[in-house]
Amino acid sequence: MKIIVCVKQVPDTSGKVAVNPDGTLNRASMAAITNPDDLNAVEAALVLKEQTGAELIVVSMGPPPAEGMLREVMARGVDRAILVSAREFGGSDTYATSQILAAAIDKIGVEKDDIVMCGRQAIDGDTAQVGPQIAEKLGLPQVSYAAEITKEGDTITVKRMLEDGYMTIKVKTPCLITCIKELNTPRYMSVGGIYECYSKPYEIFDYNTLKDHPFIDKDTIGLSGSPTNILTSFTPPQKGAGMMLEGADKATCEQLAGILAKKHMI
Amino acid sequence: MDFHLSKEQEMVRKMYREFAETEVKPLAEEIDEEERFPMETVEKMAKLGMMGIYFPKEYGGAGGDVLSYAMCVEELAKVCGTTAVIVSAHTSLCCAPIFEHGTEEQKKKYLPDLLSGKKIGAFGLTEPNAGTDASGQQTTAVKNENGDWVLNGSKCFITNGTVAETFVVFAMTDKKLGNHGISAFIVEKSFPGFSTGKHEKKMGIRGSSTCDLIFEDCIVPKENLLGQEGKGFKIAMMTLDGGRIGIAAQALGLGEGAINEAVKYTQERVQFKKRLSQFQNTQFQLADMHTRMQAAQYLVYAAAMKKQNHESYSMDAAMAKLFAAESASDVTRRAVQLFGGYGYTREYPVERMMRDAKITEIYEGTSEVQRMVIAKYMGVK
Repeated sequence: MKIIVCVKQVPDTSGKVAVNPDGTLNRASMAAITNPDDLNAVEAALVLKEQTGAELIVVSMGPPPAEGMLREVMARGVDRAILVSAREFGGSDTYATSQILAAAIDKIGVEKDDIVMCGRQAIDGDTAQVGPQIAEKLGLPQVSYAAEITKEGDTITVKRMLEDGYMTIKVKTPCLITCIKELNTPRYMSVGGIYECYSKPYEIFDYNTLKDHPFIDKDTIGLSGSPTNILTSFTPPQKGAGMMLEGADKATCEQLAGILAKKHMI
Repeated sequence: MDFHLSKEQEMVRKMYREFAETEVKPLAEEIDEEERFPMETVEKMAKLGMMGIYFPKEYGGAGGDVLSYAMCVEELAKVCGTTAVIVSAHTSLCCAPIFEHGTEEQKKKYLPDLLSGKKIGAFGLTEPNAGTDASGQQTTAVKNENGDWVLNGSKCFITNGTVAETFVVFAMTDKKLGNHGISAFIVEKSFPGFSTGKHEKKMGIRGSSTCDLIFEDCIVPKENLLGQEGKGFKIAMMTLDGGRIGIAAQALGLGEGAINEAVKYTQERVQFKKRLSQFQNTQFQLADMHTRMQAAQYLVYAAAMKKQNHESYSMDAAMAKLFAAESASDVTRRAVQLFGGYGYTREYPVERMMRDAKITEIYEGTSEVQRMVIAKYMGVK
């Protein structure tokens, strides 16, 4: 059994956020961290590894300095890491990125017992698209927004956390799960893990490694393979505080039941 | 000396820093106020390998190096002097002598539980009448008919005393021989005739456990003699050489932590319509404080690297401890002064840091002892 987790190095937006004149993030002037939701996926995978003895592999697409992040992830207990890195992959949007990552994951090989895991979304782009796109391209069933994961045999039960409730889904392996911060608290790197992480297997998948895969084509990767155009970026308005019904009378209860029924919650 | 940290050392420091900020700092005030040993923190540190940093994996250690151990104590001390000394005393004073002087059987028996943090270790040398003059040991060890040792006497000011399960203890096996009549023993808490005495109420590091050890016909099996009979004083002195790196790192962290607090505070506090940090006096004070602690860091790291490389480091450790401890006392006192009246209250952490720093000039060899060691190595008689 294998668990493949996709991780991304992102600028740390908890400090000072630097923005280029064109509205994109000035990544060079910001500290780089592992995308927080991806660490939740890694933690969930580590727990599954402890339960099942699965091999745990992390995959990231990015420039060569992303090795530091991958080593840190290995210091938490991951077995091996693959960095997908090539000039040809630069400038990819979510469509092209998922095309390349799907090719890389396909090259590693997804077998019957395997699980692919991703963070819900990266804090730099906030799209939440790459995980689901990888699943579609690899033909894997996907469960997004995982807040609880349990595995029994080849069946995984996932409690999904949605805006106005939870949904519990059962899925058979192989599958792809995207994880949210409510799922767990990522562990720290351990001293022993840190002193081992530079001797663990680390591979680079460059353009030549993946160029023969059917997903990889000049029109599907990099800037030229990216259909996304960013017209504008903005801060979304804050959500309202929710609705409060007061009173213990029949009319209020009927009103409450009506609202819940409308949302298919009862 | 090359002070470039390896990738692993950079990474391990990052981990210590995150751990200290998230897990240790929020408890520091409470454990000081309540004089409470932070067992929950020890359990978390144990899981991360912080109770056996520089020992080989074959004995349950984390496989790190001496500098990464010193950095751990430093980062912990930046936010909590108590937590730092728990790691330092356990590692330098109990794990190290067993690793360096123990037989293979002793190492296999005691190190896995100690290095994994399952058990806490302590060191019993000091006695009411044998402080700086450690050769004046009055605790005795006499062989019984089975060849086992019977210990009688008491130790005082033992760090980790009430919580430790494994102790490295020194006792006189032959009074006539003076220093050469002292031997070292590995003592388990469960040995008959062993007990702990009163918990000391201290000025600083108040969350750490400090107590007496009492030996009343305490039977120590013959296989628990550590090193050769009569070599105990040498083992004690070698152990304290290593311990000084830990305490120097604790002092270093305390000073650095106080500077971090003072920089933050003086940039916020406004008097005479100016931030305190805009006054030249503040800038000069902070510059001096930073320079002292930076110099201390070089001394501490140099001593740690020499120990790691199996070079002679006794004088380096003594200089590191002397300078770091006196700098920490000076820098934390100045930090309180920069805070003014607020610095004297328990609302801010600098008064705790000042109280914690004082002990680094006293334990594991006073500053005066460090000067004696340094002068001896200089050949000054």
